[in-house]
Amino acid sequence: MTATNPQELLKSREYHGIQKLEGPLLFIDNVHNVGYQELVELRDGSGRERLGMILETSRGSAVVQVFEGTTGLDLAHTSVRFRGEPLRLPVTKSMLGRVFDGLGRPTDGGPAPVAEERWDVNGLPINPTSRVYPRKFIETGISAIDGMNTLVRGQKLPIFSGAGLPHDRVTAQVVRQAKIVGEDVSFAIVFAAMGVKHDVARFFIDNFRNTGVLENVVLFLSLADAPSVERLQTPRTALTIAEYLAFRENMHVLVVLTDMTNYCEALREISTARSEIPSRKSYPGYMYSDLASLYERAGMVENATGSITQMEILTMPSDDISHPIPDLTGYITEGQIVLDRELHQKGIYPPILTLRSLSRLMKDGIGKGMTRDDHAHTASQLFAALARVKDVRALASVIGEEELSTLDHQYLQFGDAFERTFLSQREDEDRSIEETLDIGWKCLSILPKEELHRVTDEEIAKHYVKSS
Amino acid sequence: MEVIGKVSRVVGPVVHAREVTRAQMLELVEVGEQRLIGEIVRLSGDEISIQVYEDTTGLAPGENIYGSGLPLSVELGPGLIGSIYDGVQRPLELIKKQCGEFIPKGVKVPALPRDKKWKFTPSVKAGDSVTAGQILGTVPETDRLEHRVLVPPGVSGKVVKIAPAGAYTIEEEIAVVETASGKKPLRLAQPWPVRQARPNKQRLPFDAPLLTGQRVIDTLFPIAKGGTVAVPGGFGTGKTVVEHQVAKWSDADVVVYIGCGERGNEMTDVLKEFPHLIDPRSNRPLMERTILIANTSNMPVAAREASIYTGITLAEYYRDQGYHVAIMADSTSRWAEALRELSGRKEEMPAEEGFPAYLPTRLAEFYERAGLVETLCGRTGSISIVGAVSPPGGDFSEPVTQHTKRFIRAFWALDQDLANSRHYPAISWLDSYSDYVDDVGNWWKENGDPEWPALRTEIHDLLRREERLQQTVKLMGPEVLPDSQKLVLDTAKLFKNTFLQQSAYDAIDQYSTAKKQVKMLRIIVTYNRLAAEAIHKGVTIQTLRALPVLEEISRMKFSVSNEDVAKFDALQGRLEKAMEEVARGAQ
Ligand SMILES: Nc1ncnc2c1ncn2[C@@H]1O[C@H](COP(=O)(O)OP(=O)(O)OP(=O)(O)O)[C@@H](O)[C@H]1O
Ligand SMILES: [Mg+2]
Repeated sequence: MTATNPQELLKSREYHGIQKLEGPLLFIDNVHNVGYQELVELRDGSGRERLGMILETSRGSAVVQVFEGTTGLDLAHTSVRFRGEPLRLPVTKSMLGRVFDGLGRPTDGGPAPVAEERWDVNGLPINPTSRVYPRKFIETGISAIDGMNTLVRGQKLPIFSGAGLPHDRVTAQVVRQAKIVGEDVSFAIVFAAMGVKHDVARFFIDNFRNTGVLENVVLFLSLADAPSVERLQTPRTALTIAEYLAFRENMHVLVVLTDMTNYCEALREISTARSEIPSRKSYPGYMYSDLASLYERAGMVENATGSITQMEILTMPSDDISHPIPDLTGYITEGQIVLDRELHQKGIYPPILTLRSLSRLMKDGIGKGMTRDDHAHTASQLFAALARVKDVRALASVIGEEELSTLDHQYLQFGDAFERTFLSQREDEDRSIEETLDIGWKCLSILPKEELHRVTDEEIAKHYVKSS
Repeated sequence: MEVIGKVSRVVGPVVHAREVTRAQMLELVEVGEQRLIGEIVRLSGDEISIQVYEDTTGLAPGENIYGSGLPLSVELGPGLIGSIYDGVQRPLELIKKQCGEFIPKGVKVPALPRDKKWKFTPSVKAGDSVTAGQILGTVPETDRLEHRVLVPPGVSGKVVKIAPAGAYTIEEEIAVVETASGKKPLRLAQPWPVRQARPNKQRLPFDAPLLTGQRVIDTLFPIAKGGTVAVPGGFGTGKTVVEHQVAKWSDADVVVYIGCGERGNEMTDVLKEFPHLIDPRSNRPLMERTILIANTSNMPVAAREASIYTGITLAEYYRDQGYHVAIMADSTSRWAEALRELSGRKEEMPAEEGFPAYLPTRLAEFYERAGLVETLCGRTGSISIVGAVSPPGGDFSEPVTQHTKRFIRAFWALDQDLANSRHYPAISWLDSYSDYVDDVGNWWKENGDPEWPALRTEIHDLLRREERLQQTVKLMGPEVLPDSQKLVLDTAKLFKNTFLQQSAYDAIDQYSTAKKQVKMLRIIVTYNRLAAEAIHKGVTIQTLRALPVLEEISRMKFSVSNEDVAKFDALQGRLEKAMEEVARGAQ
């Protein structure tokens, strides 16, 4: 912007009175030269200020999305000021240990952070030529993740969950235990809560406090009682400070975004209010691009030694993985960890549905020198055996267990042992990758060697546990 | 550029302008003082609509529109190979040099380097008559690829000047042709509007496969050179890995990889890996035949729409030089969704699921630009398209999959259950098909196995029989089946595990030559034939299952590399001998 005199410019762009209010949207006429996605300041009759953003601008009129909701605004007494720039977040390392609202304003009673730079919260796309491909194994200490759906530093790996499933506990355990073997740097954590309840936020904060990392966390809370539109900015502000910490301050940042389902609902709300042509289940057609503009803000770049690893939590409406929210997320992220209600009801923690989970960056982060040389084959063998278990269980439920062949019985045994010893672990149990793979082999050893097609003879000789 | 109008309304990537003095449909324009690149997509009175290829944040009504008088075009010439461009052919490497890790708005960098000198060798002389598409001379673009400098379409006449052999930049004049409408100077590079197909002499019938080195593809569901195939599948089922594998191992001369609305890291992966991977046919790094178009999911949506056209125009240019080009488009669904989003912002009437009514037309136009042709210079060239499709919820009944099916002739359907059990590539042998089997049959008979069509049909039938038997097994267990049917299950399992499954990450398994494929196929079919005979003679399935040679067969893909396929003949021998022995034992 070519602001000659900022003060004067601001004054000249102040308007009194608006034409229409509709849901979270505000329509204003007789305005000029308002920029697309420009930040807007609103003041109601009582002098209370709110922020908004331009969604559409035409000659003489503009549509504003009000982040803090339109409750209490009226047409005559509302005044509007255009700021001439998009929403910006002051970025500084001193934001670690602080709590902010979804727009980046402190809510912990402390002063506003003093920063040299203010970054546009929308960010810019990373040039694919300057990305560094993520390959560094993060040990989470959870077997179902480390062994079969390995997380690497710079990956975006969401948790697909359902209402009432322990996604918060699993995430908290990952955050507590995540480490790079042989490296002594800890993760800085950027935590963004969108539309979740106070007790969820408190659960995480207590967790951070109890493990003594609170000083290393930036919290953005836009909880269930905050206006829904604010949620649309929350991940953007969070990712902006994450980018600053990772790419300017060279820190390794773990971003937790919860709950993306609430974010998407807010997106739908705005879209409906604008009467846009809806796509599946009335979510807007641009939801894929919109989610990508968040999820792609992960990874590593040349010229910086930091990284952004993203874990997004989302609850699948009616546990349906083909619902647009998990579906579009899965199409953008680099895999997914799926939690399963049936396993949860069986009392298994963590109830990770391994067959449906996936880590696409696993291949480059595992193996010799990184985890163990048999890792890829062992994981693939576990997957193959579990797929068979699924079929055998289905067959057993039709013809009865007694009618199964010896081999099929062995598969049932394997399946049970897998759930009991490999999958199940305590919430404070931090397994090394060797332990994880050894347990995997113990389970596989229930099956005859000839069944193990995806591992080599040498691996069998080395790891297969002969039954006593 | 002159001012041709003023912004009147900004709706995301679509900008409307009024008071327009002069404008053409599909004209390239610059929008606002940030000089964002856009294309005119609607004209109506003195109003126009523009699709803008960059983020429009901050753009305000009243700002100027600058016209170029030219359609949105790409620049064709030496230097394309090995480059990575965004959807409107901006070179991402150079943008990084200028601007750092992030892509800012309004950067203008020419697609081809201006200062680089290319070694040109003329192949015509002054006084020769030339016609459009004819070769003027050659430039060694990479160590493996000879760039053939073509007379641009629409130009013909007498050569009045041709540059002697030497080094030239793309801007220097290398020839002058006296045409009916006057003297036409020619350079190493030429522009071409992306939305217009480049001409060729005629289409030719398909005759050879585009070999991909992927067994399930080449053997069961082949694609011909010049053919089109769709690869649909839910998230994580393996579309991108298929595209990467074909880009790596296919026997194309040039590969254009279009990352359309997908992940940044996947482009980085290609970019970092291809320079180090050696093409087994030319022994040169794969990057020396590859062009990348990267318009990732977080880059502007309008440029995503354009990226498909940019990619296919570059492909046509190499086809016109007489090369076999393969296009990887990952994912065509993101392109269709970009169409939908732009259409919505233009407030057009939606058809199915919000897609514009012209979706099928656009899909048809795209796939129609593939084919095997005789080029204007009389050579044979082709464009094959491998288009990934990302159906919402993995449901193939949605509009993009359904319409695409009308314009392609091979279909590699990815199956979620196969992917879940890590059977890769998760290409379903039941839902996939290829109409090119007959077109490529002769090639395989001559270069693979004289019995190829029969072997292929035999195994394909066996898979279908197994599927029917599985219905019974699901209800009653496998034990109720007679041995002859148990054999069907056994062979099918063997074929799936050893032949159909192919790891993209195993040094030996990642790519199989045609020879390796036919030999593996014959071994498995032989086992099935001989085992069926043995069972007929009274040999039990248990005896067969205990044969040590089976263990060898199940590991053959890893134990025998492409270089020593002769080992398969020895294995085939051992198999036949072992089967002979069991059969003898039964009598
Ligand atoms: N041939 C193969 N060999 C080994 N692994 C494979 C193979 N094909 C797919 N995979 C595995 O499947 C994962 C997902 O594949 P891919 O990324 O190609 O899926 P996709 O269909 O492109 O998904 P999306 O639509 O979300 O982009 C890969 O990361 C890899 O781990
Ligand atoms: Mg993909």
